[in-house]
Amino acid sequence: MHLDHHLESSAAVSADARRADGSRRALRIGLGGPVGSGKTATVAALCRALREELSLAVVTNDIYTREDAEFLLREAVLPPERITAVETGACPHTAIRDDISANLEAVEDLEDEVGPLDLVLVESGGDNLTATFSRGLVDAQVFVIDVAGGDDIPRKGGPGVATADLLIVNKTDLAPYVGSDLARMAADAKAARGELPVVLQSLRSEGGVGEVADWVRGRIAAWTA
Amino acid sequence: MTRAALLVLADGRFPAGGHAHSGGAEAAVRAGRITDAASLEAFCRGRLHTSGVVAACVAAAAALGVDPGELNRAADARTPSPALRVAARRLGRQLMRAARATWPSAELDALAALFPKGAHQPVVLGLAARAAGLGPLDAAYCSLYEGVSGPATAVVRLLGLDPFDATGVLARLSDEMDRVAQEAVETGERVVTDGVDVLPARSAPLLEIGAEAHAAWAVRLFAS
Repeated sequence: MHLDHHLESSAAVSADARRADGSRRALRIGLGGPVGSGKTATVAALCRALREELSLAVVTNDIYTREDAEFLLREAVLPPERITAVETGACPHTAIRDDISANLEAVEDLEDEVGPLDLVLVESGGDNLTATFSRGLVDAQVFVIDVAGGDDIPRKGGPGVATADLLIVNKTDLAPYVGSDLARMAADAKAARGELPVVLQSLRSEGGVGEVADWVRGRIAAWTA
Repeated sequence: MTRAALLVLADGRFPAGGHAHSGGAEAAVRAGRITDAASLEAFCRGRLHTSGVVAACVAAAAALGVDPGELNRAADARTPSPALRVAARRLGRQLMRAARATWPSAELDALAALFPKGAHQPVVLGLAARAAGLGPLDAAYCSLYEGVSGPATAVVRLLGLDPFDATGVLARLSDEMDRVAQEAVETGERVVTDGVDVLPARSAPLLEIGAEAHAAWAVRLFAS
């Protein structure tokens, strides 16, 4: 064995900041969260908000279909060659955390084929509150929950809610109809997350994805600084 | 050789992409050919003695230092289904990444430069074994074990099969895996002297046909 050997020429292994040709790779942001919380809708809204100013691409991780990728294609948020679906063998959290090889491959292929890219959004398959991304796959992660999933989720915590770089509490427009207490959700999230940011968002209202898009812009600025 | 390195390489949690593949089990479940532990065992035994032994021979030959380009062509010729060739290269590419990060070696770097989009998984497996300080028998065992443990794990997810029953299937195949692994090493040694044409070309038509049908499904849990 030659563990002192350094990787040369050929492609990066995982989170290396440079590509094989020495150029800086795209910033990778992961979006995770329970089924139906609005991950794909948030990705679509981010694409619409950022596609004029950034070169971007999306990797989706559906559990058993290409549904999320097809939604993005149907909505035409990006040209089809900028959207790739990864199959996860019934284990969406494995593909973003324990064995990230298929996702890394998808990200690198996108950079090779449609690059250079500024940003790759990696959307996880809808999973549970314990799903988090490997730091070998993404540079930052967003966890998306929604008010209709129960206003006790921020209090229950878990690695997604507690440690994600950004927590989105989505579908705030539905709060009055499902009896969710937004102030309580915000306070519980604050308690679980300390200084980490939380955005309460409704994609159907005027502000839309604006605040999250600004957070992404900040990340891009830090990455390219 | 180090026995612990063999455990690292053979571990189902080794992050080389295998978790997303069923080794043809998803197609066989849908077709009604796997319904319980007994039919899973028959399926795994069939794989072991067809595509399994071919893959193990390729892996053993690669571990013995046979030219990976020639082995890759030989593997192509022994894999009629385009969908299976795509899956084998994809898994080879993913294993290449994991192996290079785990056991950096000039041979693996050269392979990655030659096949940036992936060589057949058993070819990469053989070179990964070399890089890990393992031999052809180890490579053959890893290949054979993956070939049956993948379907067994997949069937637990697909059918809700009792995981103890699925593991029992693997245990009952142990003696046969021992014999096939020995055979693979002997074949690998013959490849060194006589070339890749002495590799076996056994195949399972239903695995090939099932893989083509599966690749066209709109809704599936596994990539292959």
